[in-house]
Amino acid sequence: MQWASVNDFLSMGGYGLYVWGSYVVMAAVVIIEVMLLRKGRSQTLKLLKRMRNFENES
Amino acid sequence: MAINLYYYASPATFYQLSGKLIPWFGWSAVILTAIGLYISFFMAPTDFQQGEAYRIIFIHVPAAWMSMFIYLVMAFWGAIGLAFKTRLSFMMSRALAPTGALFTFIALWTGALWGKPMWGAWWVWDARLTSELILLFLYIGIMALWAAIDDPQRGDRAGALLTLVGAINVPIIYFSVKWWNTLHQGASVSLTKAPSMAKIMLIGMLVMAIAAWLYTIAVALYRVRTLILERERNTDWVKALVEK
Amino acid sequence: MLSFLFTVIRRDLMLAARRRGDWLTSQFFFVMVASMFPLGIGPDPVTLKLIGPGVVWVSALLASLLSLPRLLAEDYRDGSLEQMLLTPQPPVLLALGKSLAHWLIYGIPLLIISPILGIQFALPAEAIAVLMLSLLIGTPILSLLGSVGAALTLGLRGSGVLLTLLILPLYVPVLIFGAGAVDAAMAGTGAESHLSLLGAILVLTLLVAPWIAAAALKVSIE
Repeated sequence: MQWASVNDFLSMGGYGLYVWGSYVVMAAVVIIEVMLLRKGRSQTLKLLKRMRNFENES
Repeated sequence: MAINLYYYASPATFYQLSGKLIPWFGWSAVILTAIGLYISFFMAPTDFQQGEAYRIIFIHVPAAWMSMFIYLVMAFWGAIGLAFKTRLSFMMSRALAPTGALFTFIALWTGALWGKPMWGAWWVWDARLTSELILLFLYIGIMALWAAIDDPQRGDRAGALLTLVGAINVPIIYFSVKWWNTLHQGASVSLTKAPSMAKIMLIGMLVMAIAAWLYTIAVALYRVRTLILERERNTDWVKALVEK
Repeated sequence: MLSFLFTVIRRDLMLAARRRGDWLTSQFFFVMVASMFPLGIGPDPVTLKLIGPGVVWVSALLASLLSLPRLLAEDYRDGSLEQMLLTPQPPVLLALGKSLAHWLIYGIPLLIISPILGIQFALPAEAIAVLMLSLLIGTPILSLLGSVGAALTLGLRGSGVLLTLLILPLYVPVLIFGAGAVDAAMAGTGAESHLSLLGAILVLTLLVAPWIAAAALKVSIE
């Protein structure tokens, strides 16, 4: 391991803000994209189901 | 071989196939990302010039590569759709765009965060970053056009044409921006002048790039499946699926 | 075939002549936008000379974008565009004719007005000459690329702004080489390379854009 301590790891030689700012935002973008995808799919399924029920009733 | 391709060009069959494929792509993306992160934090040594800040490169460069690669794939599917009139190709193009735009955003964001410690400014007008910015504008333009057109067929074909026009222009834009950049700056201050690549750094970037590509495929397949459900909602198989 | 091209151009010229108001607003817009910059930045001639070429060029881009919808919107609304596409004439000639007409009506005036703006920005005479030359080569490109955008956004809500969004990234090389030519002339390094690159872009656009615009017209009208 090349990091003397957890603190060293977090501070990244003083550049912690920039390095973690990048990695955290990347992770956030991925998580948000996946969440939006799942929401989009469930919304579409709900809508289609409602339309189908409406058809079946009439 | 031709028969197989047309078989999978049917939205119904593609829906089933892609449903099975997504977990494979998704999980391999996760594993490769883990490996890539390990390399970027625990194997790549501290850079002599840039200290630890250079580690941003493991996100910035793969994101930039993906942003450009996804655009080309979008253009490819658009061209296929225009040539063969296969609606699934257009849907694939639509499914890829948001992911491409997000990678462009990440490239710009990480570019800024890398630029600040290195050059003292949150934004530098170097050729790469400026071209990425214009690429983001292209993505947004295409998505705005799709959003503005209600008729799916017109939207598909108009978007495909616009993507192709953009694809033809991207090399011209990149060349002109590079020209503009070297003319207006004495010293070549460039974010692309990365630290002379230790082999492990290159491997790290490649691993992250492949991870990004696998992620993109998984996400695009997921998105296209939802799109298929919407577009094909009047077919029996979708009606049956929704009823369950 | 050439007669069709000339008919399209002549028709647009006649229509524009009857609605001089539209045409004039475009030119005033060009002058006004360019004049805003010194008001926002300051009257120092040194600064003005620095920003002048860029400002005039950006104003030209914006004036072009403002006038582009007029290429097709009227004809689309009254159905004559559809009729023209139904004729046996190749649609690529229609697209080319429209672009050329747009350039003649809206592009060339920019060229003619530019010396006035050049003086406003304290540009030396040689720079103004290069400015006019760069606009001469560049404005047809703006019209040709713009016709693609206008065709794609035909009849859409908010098509004006959408058109701007779509076409501005494509205008970037024209802007860079156009304004760059004037800068180079003022710096003494010679504008030939910029102008020849601009010329190359013009040739490429002339060969490619009308086809794409014609395809876009067919997509939008069906």
